[in-house]
Amino acid sequence: MDLTLWTYEGPPHVGAMRIAASMEGVHYVLHAPQGDTYADLLFTMIERRGRRPPVTYTTFQARDLGGDTAELVKRHVREAVERFRPDALLVGESCTAELIQDQPGALAAGMGLDLPIVSLELPAYSKKENWGAAETLYQLVRGLLLHNAAAQSPGAANPGPQAWKEQQRRPRVNLMGPSLLGFRCRDDVHEIRGLLEDHGIDVQVVLPMGASVADVMRLPDADANICLYPEIAEPCCSWLERNYGIPFTRTVPIGIGATTQFLQELHALLGMEPPDPEEGRQRSRLPWYSDSVDSTYLTGKRVFIFGDGSHVLAAARIARQELGFQVVGLGTYSREMARPVRTLAKELGLEALISDDYLAVEAAMAEAAPELVLGTQMERHSAKRLGIPCAVISTPMHVQDVPARYSPQMGWEGANVIFDTWVHPLMMGLEEHLIGMFRHDFEFVDGHQSHLGHLGGLQAGQMTAEISADSEEQSTAAHSLTLQWTADGEAELKKIPFFVRGKVRRNTEAYARESGRKEINSETLYDAKAHFSA
Amino acid sequence: MSANLLKESGPREVFCGLTSIVWLHRRMPDAFFLVVGSRTCAHLIQSAAGVMIFAEPRFGTAILSERDLAGLADAQEELDRVARELLQRRPEIRTLFLVGSCPSEVIKLDLARAAERLNEELGGRVQVVNYSGSGIETTFTQGEDGALAALVPMLPTSDEKQLLLVGTLANAVEDRLITLFQRMGIATVRSLPPRQSTELPPVGEGTRVLLCQPFLGDTARRLRDRGATILAAPYPLGAEGSRLWMEAAAQAWGVDPTTVSDILDPLMQRAKQALEPHRRRLAGQRIFLLPESQLEIPLARFLHRECGMELVEVGTPYLNRELMQAELDLLPDGTRVMEGQHVEQQLDRVRDSRPDLVVCGMGLANPLEAEGIATKWSIELVFSPIHGIDQAGELAELFSRPLQRHQLLHPTAP
Repeated sequence: MDLTLWTYEGPPHVGAMRIAASMEGVHYVLHAPQGDTYADLLFTMIERRGRRPPVTYTTFQARDLGGDTAELVKRHVREAVERFRPDALLVGESCTAELIQDQPGALAAGMGLDLPIVSLELPAYSKKENWGAAETLYQLVRGLLLHNAAAQSPGAANPGPQAWKEQQRRPRVNLMGPSLLGFRCRDDVHEIRGLLEDHGIDVQVVLPMGASVADVMRLPDADANICLYPEIAEPCCSWLERNYGIPFTRTVPIGIGATTQFLQELHALLGMEPPDPEEGRQRSRLPWYSDSVDSTYLTGKRVFIFGDGSHVLAAARIARQELGFQVVGLGTYSREMARPVRTLAKELGLEALISDDYLAVEAAMAEAAPELVLGTQMERHSAKRLGIPCAVISTPMHVQDVPARYSPQMGWEGANVIFDTWVHPLMMGLEEHLIGMFRHDFEFVDGHQSHLGHLGGLQAGQMTAEISADSEEQSTAAHSLTLQWTADGEAELKKIPFFVRGKVRRNTEAYARESGRKEINSETLYDAKAHFSA
Repeated sequence: MSANLLKESGPREVFCGLTSIVWLHRRMPDAFFLVVGSRTCAHLIQSAAGVMIFAEPRFGTAILSERDLAGLADAQEELDRVARELLQRRPEIRTLFLVGSCPSEVIKLDLARAAERLNEELGGRVQVVNYSGSGIETTFTQGEDGALAALVPMLPTSDEKQLLLVGTLANAVEDRLITLFQRMGIATVRSLPPRQSTELPPVGEGTRVLLCQPFLGDTARRLRDRGATILAAPYPLGAEGSRLWMEAAAQAWGVDPTTVSDILDPLMQRAKQALEPHRRRLAGQRIFLLPESQLEIPLARFLHRECGMELVEVGTPYLNRELMQAELDLLPDGTRVMEGQHVEQQLDRVRDSRPDLVVCGMGLANPLEAEGIATKWSIELVFSPIHGIDQAGELAELFSRPLQRHQLLHPTAP
């Protein structure tokens, strides 16, 4: 049993729903208790879709448990097929149905229905949403292509990624992984499609977003696969590579550097002339915005990064190399991506946090005392508690991160969006200077950020200050017996600008312990400052 | 009573009782709701409430793992450990609700025993109670019934004469209703749930209960078992329902009817005035209510009698005939009341009858809007101050607003 205040991912059947709802003509019969239809809201409210997800729930109740729940499954399968006439059917269980073990997939397969049926085995007590989506996509593609294998002989006829030259046509690729409830997939697809178009590359199938069963059948005709979201599409891309010899890209094009590298990788795969390495500088505003003097104050801003594997890796690269931040914490909840995240953390001299425990993430965040948090919807809770500015870079997300405006993360425009989004929560340069200089204002008080438009004044400032002071007390309680801040030390600490104060407090205490001092006065604070900057 | 009572079964599109946590955690901020269930349960609550940013979460889930299912870990010991961990982090919690879910009920995890044991261990510092919010047993607002019913045994005993208002009310509405009752001379008026989980009202022979909400069957039964009398009345939705509801208490206290009239007549006059602009918009419009909260029958009664709407179908997830009798009596002859649901067939009926407004859950609202059918999403009704004579205008507005919006955005449409 694990205490979970917030969960980074839903159960695996929600991942399966994401695949079904993203596609056309695929229906999902889900054996689940009454109430699990809440998941429809993710699509109708968060994604704001104007149609119901193609999911038929059996919605059994307590009184059904005494009866024949297997018959209930069969009735719903029959009704769903008759009513919705899908081209393919997914059949699976939610966590409660998994306990009853009615084997709905096998039941449906035995009903003599004339359509491809994919039985989903999604262990709800050990796996999670992204795994469920990846497994569903993989099983669906594999099932449909094998179903069709009699007509074609897979692999044998594949002419390789450079066949387009002989066939005298433009190269064509599949965009793999974008789905509903993914982070900004809608606009990422648009951005990448445009980018490829500019390079003379056609997009054949986007999967699962908008794809039909007929589209799945055309997957093998592509010259290469673009794995945009490895959490969702990597197993599927690997399978297509093994069985049809279609190579796939490994770089996720989020950020200027990554997009440039992605283009190079794809051009090499397809045997094309390498692209202009300066394209990003010409096509995106991020490089100039970041170069311009207004951004100088961003240098060395301490940033804590958490989210799914792909977005975290991308964010760390942008933060360091494109915005000049200092990454002071790095982690992911995607266990499948633990290895690359660990490697990157090591390069940065950090210990990667691989965890889906919200409390562990909050503790790591408090420990790192960053000036900016780049995380998920969950990190907004901890950041609020700790009084730290925060921007969302990854799922889980809520409705405000499915905006009406064009807001990709990928490609050149994605970099523009990222620049604005990440810099916005930080205190603006002038205000930061002035608050560092004058502490006695009645309106622009400590911790106040007037560009965010809230009331400010004493209350807002004090509240966050108190919260962070509280959490500091808790975390340093263990040492309070040996370390004592003098009144003059505390007063000096208060002069440190709000967002770095947590770090200075920690550093000073660490320094005091190291040098065997029991009391911290203003001089100790200056000593520590010199010590750590040396 | 001559409503046409029908039943239907099939796929249902409703929330489970866990959802009640979304409003109960605000009514009693010193309580914590610990669901014992799966990742699905955790995901449900955070999808519903996670758009708010919490510095201190008021609810969480003890997620069962494979070890718990395989019996490798003693589930009761695990639960104790999780509860201890939680209370360590949140020492200010005064009441801990252990909330049962579908998984915990299917594997028959005894949460009542766990609550008892934890109560012993914590020695009164925190009171631990349990109820079920599982989908297999409860629908949406029935979760509140479970939570309140679980509190009833903890209520102190007193035979003092008092009026007990049962069911969650918005704070301002609660204050207003209490003021009005006191004007009538009913001196002691208390509420369940209270605003602080530690300030539980007493109960006993002198207690007269007015149910503020129609979904409190179990709570009513347990209060009756402790000596309280449940006053029969329609529910305090709309001016008429609220007046009859208040009169039921006045009668039980033997308040002189002219006093009641002196107090309530001006309110009724004002409510009529407040209702008028909405009545103009709603009168003659056809409404179809899908099952969700058990509020549907009182709402239909209000919308028909006070706003002049035509009732196409009134769905309810569950019909407690005894608690709903006074309401059913006020419905027009032949009203189609449907208990239960086959959501696909019900949607066919919606499409066939082309109502002017459909009250439905959020899983259906946007899809119906996209088909050109105006909707009012029903969950808002449990988040809005809708009770009492003074709130009749606000309640009507919840229904007239979507119609008004359609007119504003599509002025040429009929």
